[in-house]
Amino acid sequence: MILSISWRNVWRSKTRSAVILFAIALGIFTGVFNYAFYNGMAIQRINSAISTEASHIQLHQKGYLEEPDEKKYIENATTLAVDIAAEDSVQATCSRFIVQGMIQSPTTSSGIKIMGINPEIESTVTNLHTKIKDGAYFEGIKRNPVVIGQKLADKLKLKIRSKVVITFADKEGYISGASFRVAGIYQTANNMYDQTNIFVRAEDLTSLYGVDASAGHEIAVLLNHSENVPAVLANLESKYSKYDVKEWRQIMPEVSMLESSLDISMYIFMIIILLALVFGIINTMLMAVLERTKELGMLMSIGMNKSRVFKMIMIETVFLSLIGGVVGIIMGAVVTIATANSGIDISMVSEGFGAMGYDSIVYPVLKIKNVIDVVIMVFITGMLAAIYPALKALKLKPAEAIRIDM
Amino acid sequence: MNVIEVKKLTKTYNDSEVKVHAVQGIDLEIQEGEFTAIVGPSGCGKTTFLNMLGGLDQPTEGNIRIGDTMVHDLKPSELIDFRLHNIGFVFQAYNLIPVLTAKENVEFIMQLQGKSKEERDKRAISLLTEVGLGDRVDARPSRLSGGQQQRVAVARALASKPKFVLADEPTANLDSTSTETLLDIMEKLNREENITFIFSTHDARVVNKARRVIQLEDGKIIKDERKA
Repeated sequence: MILSISWRNVWRSKTRSAVILFAIALGIFTGVFNYAFYNGMAIQRINSAISTEASHIQLHQKGYLEEPDEKKYIENATTLAVDIAAEDSVQATCSRFIVQGMIQSPTTSSGIKIMGINPEIESTVTNLHTKIKDGAYFEGIKRNPVVIGQKLADKLKLKIRSKVVITFADKEGYISGASFRVAGIYQTANNMYDQTNIFVRAEDLTSLYGVDASAGHEIAVLLNHSENVPAVLANLESKYSKYDVKEWRQIMPEVSMLESSLDISMYIFMIIILLALVFGIINTMLMAVLERTKELGMLMSIGMNKSRVFKMIMIETVFLSLIGGVVGIIMGAVVTIATANSGIDISMVSEGFGAMGYDSIVYPVLKIKNVIDVVIMVFITGMLAAIYPALKALKLKPAEAIRIDM
Repeated sequence: MNVIEVKKLTKTYNDSEVKVHAVQGIDLEIQEGEFTAIVGPSGCGKTTFLNMLGGLDQPTEGNIRIGDTMVHDLKPSELIDFRLHNIGFVFQAYNLIPVLTAKENVEFIMQLQGKSKEERDKRAISLLTEVGLGDRVDARPSRLSGGQQQRVAVARALASKPKFVLADEPTANLDSTSTETLLDIMEKLNREENITFIFSTHDARVVNKARRVIQLEDGKIIKDERKA
């Protein structure tokens, strides 16, 4: 019956309860939707990092990642890539020959990273071919085609079939280069990536550099599922110990940090919201206790002990918090579901986000685990908020409380 | 058989620098089945005396024995439990739980005692029928008149099967018809079920119904009269 009394007491002063319930619901909605929004952003960024940039695992010569010396290439990289592709859980692999260089258009020049790839094999590992906005993916240009990013094309004022000169230091350290024509212009969510990475055929690049076409600096490994990363990583580390075998989290720590820091950020944000709400809840419950001084005095007089009075106030506060919390979570889930497919266009501010690799359309994602966490946090908030009003109630002296004129 | 024995009961309040002697050395015995009114002018110590009898207030000196229990020896938590099982309360302002129905209000005290749902149901309906509210068991206090609310309060006071019922000015907020009805019910319960009632009152109609009238003045009993 204490449960029943507490529940009914919540609805006793409908306006007052409605005000605090609205405040709780709005606060929780803000927290939940904010989390879903940033979770969606982070997931998109991670997916983009894996599918466009890093893949799940990469192999390099030891020390290459720390100091990308172009002489640290793997001689038989294409063969090695084929061998690794035969491993369990590996979906596809590709090798890349990478050099740092300059690209020059008739108007200006820019420092770039030149990725020598096998276009067909590359398209089984990354989704670069799906990101072509103009022209085609290594088609339409027979000799020395190059695929460049939209951001770079804008900077160098290049169009499809525009001629560019790419220069870099060859194997012997002499300036080498050739003219290339733009076959395609790609655009990913990452503006910086688009501005600094260009793709040419590996055979074109290796011949200019002066090494065999099978050479490569990087072997990218795409797995059939992200969850297999630790197992495959361990397997490749033991089998190919002469190379640096690293997963995407090690290669792109700034993206990995998103994954690990998102939950913490969400909890901190939610705690701040709940902290603000806790004072409102305490105030509401204090008013409820003061209004019911006489009734509480009566309850204590007729034999309701302190633990039961405490429990009653506690349950009432938790009910109040949970109702508001659940309404807020439902609101957050509904808005998340409503925007999950269409996405939220943040193109107004996407220039800044794009520089960090974020898409201009965000698809919010809400995880069940986080919903459960929010419910638990709201429950704990209710319990904490109840303590002071409940203690206030316990301090009442029945003989005095019962005679108070309300 | 004595239900209550009071010896040299004293209550002194320290009101800033002045000591207020609310109750001064009262000796009293109340027997089972008595229908007692405690009367006296405002400030004579009726409520303080009743509060001490009900274990709601601690005496400065003296002792109270209820049944075999020395009330002043009980710890606060034991005192609450003692009240729950031994004393029924009827308050001037009814003090029902507004969110519960009449039946639930009567049941509530039995639930605190740990009685089964079946027993609670049966006794609550029986008591409400006894006080003439058998047809209003599902009404909330806001849907009942003052007199009806006070009758629910009487049913609630009896629900725990107490040794006695303390009623602090139970008719003060009632009109004459409701007062008559309430007094008739309490008198009937006293007569037929031998329930001990102790009232504090200003109301002459209550005094007329009482079979024992104790008059207080300045915290002392100045008259203790049993009617034939």
